[in-house]
Amino acid sequence: MATIKKKKKAEVPPLSTASLPDIVFMLLFFFMVTTTMREVTLLVKVKKPLATEIQKLERKDLTTYIYVGAPKSASLGTEPRIQLADQLASVGDVQQWVILQRESINEAERTKFTVSIKADVDAKMGLISDIKQELRKAQALKLSYSANPAASVEDLFKSY
Amino acid sequence: MADIAFLLLIFFLVTTTMDVDKGLLVKLPPWTEDTGEQQDIKEKNIFVVLVNAQNQLLVEDEYASLEDVRRLAKEFIDNNGDGTCEGCRGLRDPNSSDNPRKAVISLQNDRGTSYKTFVAVRNELLGAYSELREDLSQRRFGRSYDDLSESDKEAVNEIYPQFISEAEPVKIGG
Repeated sequence: MATIKKKKKAEVPPLSTASLPDIVFMLLFFFMVTTTMREVTLLVKVKKPLATEIQKLERKDLTTYIYVGAPKSASLGTEPRIQLADQLASVGDVQQWVILQRESINEAERTKFTVSIKADVDAKMGLISDIKQELRKAQALKLSYSANPAASVEDLFKSY
Repeated sequence: MADIAFLLLIFFLVTTTMDVDKGLLVKLPPWTEDTGEQQDIKEKNIFVVLVNAQNQLLVEDEYASLEDVRRLAKEFIDNNGDGTCEGCRGLRDPNSSDNPRKAVISLQNDRGTSYKTFVAVRNELLGAYSELREDLSQRRFGRSYDDLSESDKEAVNEIYPQFISEAEPVKIGG
C-alpha cells in the first residue's frame, strides 16, 4: 500500500567552510608578496607640502629618494640636512650617489630614472637648489617634488 | 576562528594604503658650465615670477598673492598676441605673449624661500597649464583631458606646450 510521505521541508545544506583557510592563505600570500616595507629609516623630519597637480610615480624600482629636513636627533641641530639611503649626507655626495643609483638599474630603462625629493615644508630653497644643481651635473633630469594630495586649491591656500 | 581571521583580514584590507609616491614631476635643464647663456626670447614672451625670502611674490613686476598666480599665468599663456594659436581664447594683448608655443614662464626664487611656498607656486603654474589643456580638450573633443587618447593628448600638448623654467636662485634680499 502506498504511503503518503510527508514531504520534508527543503533545507539548504550548510555551506562548506573547508576552503576558507585556502582563501585566507591566498590573500595572505598576495599581500606578503605585494607589500613593500619602508626601506629606509628616516633620520630627518619630513612633512611633505600639499599640492593638487601631482602625478603618481609608477615605478618604484626606477625611483630614488632624497630626503631633506631637520635631523630627528637634537644633537645635530635644527638646520635641514640631506639624507641619502640610511645616512645623512652633504650636497657634495648627491651627484655621485645618484649616478651609482642609476647604474644599478638596467640600461634599457635608465632614461626613465627619476629622483624624488622628499623635502620638509620648512626646508629652504637654497639647499633644494643645490641638490637640483647636483642632479643636473649627474644628468638625472627627471625630478619629482614629492607632495601630499590636497583636496582642492582652496584647501591648499588655507594652509598658508 | 575563521570569522575573526576574516574580520581582521578585511579590516586591514580596507585600512592599508599602498605607499605610492606622488609629486610634481619636473624636468631639469641639462647642466651647462657657463651660466651667462642668454637665449633670444622677447621680453614680452617671458612671464617672470619672483619669490623672495619672505615668501612674497612678484609677478611681472607687480605684487601678487598666491591666489592670483594661476589666473595671471593663464592670461599670459593664452594671450595669443600674434593670432597664430587656433585653440586660444586670449585677450590678444600686444604687450603679452605672442602664442603659447613662445610663452615661457620663469620662476625665480631666493635661497631663503621656503620649500612650501615654492611647491605651491610651482603647483599653480602647472595648474594654469592643466586648466588650459582641460578647457581646450572639453571644447574640441567634448571630453576631459585625462580621457583623451594619446594622440589627442599630444595634439592638445602641441597647442599648449609647457615651458616653465626654474632659474638658479639668487640672493634677492632679506
